[in-house]
Amino acid sequence: MQLMRFSALAAAFAAPSFLAPSPVHAHGFAGERFFPATLLTDDPFVADEMSAPTLTLDPKAADGSQTFGLDFDLSKRLTPDTGITLSQGWQHLKVPGMPEVTGLRGFSTELDWQFFTNGPHEATAMVGLHSSWAHTGRVQALGADDFTTLSPLLDFGKGFGDLPDSLPWLRPIAVTGNLSLDVPTKTESAGNLHPNNFNYGFAFEYSLEYLQHHVKDVGLAPPFDHMVPLVEVSFSTALNRDQAGQTIGTIQPGVIWSRQYVQIGAEAIIPATRQTGHGYGGLVQLHFYLDDIFPNSFGVPLFGGK
Amino acid sequence: MKPLAILISLLAAAVPGAAALAHAFLDHSLPAVGGTVPAAPKEVLMFFTQQIEPAFSAATLSGADGQPIATPAASIDPQNPMALVLKLPPLAPGHYKVSWHVVSVDTHRTEGTFSFDIQP
Repeated sequence: MQLMRFSALAAAFAAPSFLAPSPVHAHGFAGERFFPATLLTDDPFVADEMSAPTLTLDPKAADGSQTFGLDFDLSKRLTPDTGITLSQGWQHLKVPGMPEVTGLRGFSTELDWQFFTNGPHEATAMVGLHSSWAHTGRVQALGADDFTTLSPLLDFGKGFGDLPDSLPWLRPIAVTGNLSLDVPTKTESAGNLHPNNFNYGFAFEYSLEYLQHHVKDVGLAPPFDHMVPLVEVSFSTALNRDQAGQTIGTIQPGVIWSRQYVQIGAEAIIPATRQTGHGYGGLVQLHFYLDDIFPNSFGVPLFGGK
Repeated sequence: MKPLAILISLLAAAVPGAAALAHAFLDHSLPAVGGTVPAAPKEVLMFFTQQIEPAFSAATLSGADGQPIATPAASIDPQNPMALVLKLPPLAPGHYKVSWHVVSVDTHRTEGTFSFDIQP
């Protein structure tokens, strides 16, 4: 589970780097729809899961710098419909003409409440508060924040399995989305202004698993019958101060393969605006479903049972 | 970072020894999901990816008009604890929908639907 992450551009924008209470299944279920854990945008559900690791090579930033990141996320359900995510990462920064630098990114947390799930319509929604904490990374060397940023968020997901049987090829489609607002606790530090950013992102998924096992057996064999090709997009627009109106973002086509205990995802990273950078990057992620790996211990909510 | 790294290492080390339990997904069915058969089948066989709990697993049948069709209760295949069997009454040619929900032996619940057609 990750909030939209633009690590290479954090210094520029100071952006943070990351069922009706019917039966909650963990994983990302709404009715018969299984939502995989997306790589760029936030998942619209609480779960017991872990991304370990996410390897990211960002496109070169506008100033020619490039970062390689190694990130870890751990999500834990507190109750069947609330959860917390802890995120930490390590970063290698290469700036033209400067010594290469490595160190920790800022530490971030996210508290979520999955307040809505509609099984028949494969819909889910969640509100939360993402916090990137001050002085938890290498501030001077890597540009980690020396201030805390709080980001209230709304995440949502919708599968289209409720379309009529006459539209079978559209029923595997699902869309998830995120909206959040960055509220930095300092408007200025070290001579830099920190704007409020509006973040928005979407994941457009075509579930071959849904096609093969819920719509029509088209003969897909492993591993293709558990793949979800997808395109994720994520943008961040500064609302005020000296960067007002500037937008950064990426477009990330890729694929996620998932089985009982683990999923593997890979995406290309394409800058969507000039301010975002140039060239291409990529990321791969290994992700564990802890509710299935530890169904009677770590995979159970701390309070309220399964 | 250090406490988180230690926790992740412990979890990763424990994965190979974890019990073979998880959500039960539909693997395939007979008749096939979305398939067409030339004659009315006597049963629907659903094969899952995990063993399922008989007491909390069920399936129902409905016709093209969405109305439920009476069937005997679905049961676990005695030869295969990962398969659910729904015996069918004599069916006329047409479009039918199967709705299932199962609970795997580690108590995770999953559900789904699929259709099949019987040729005229």
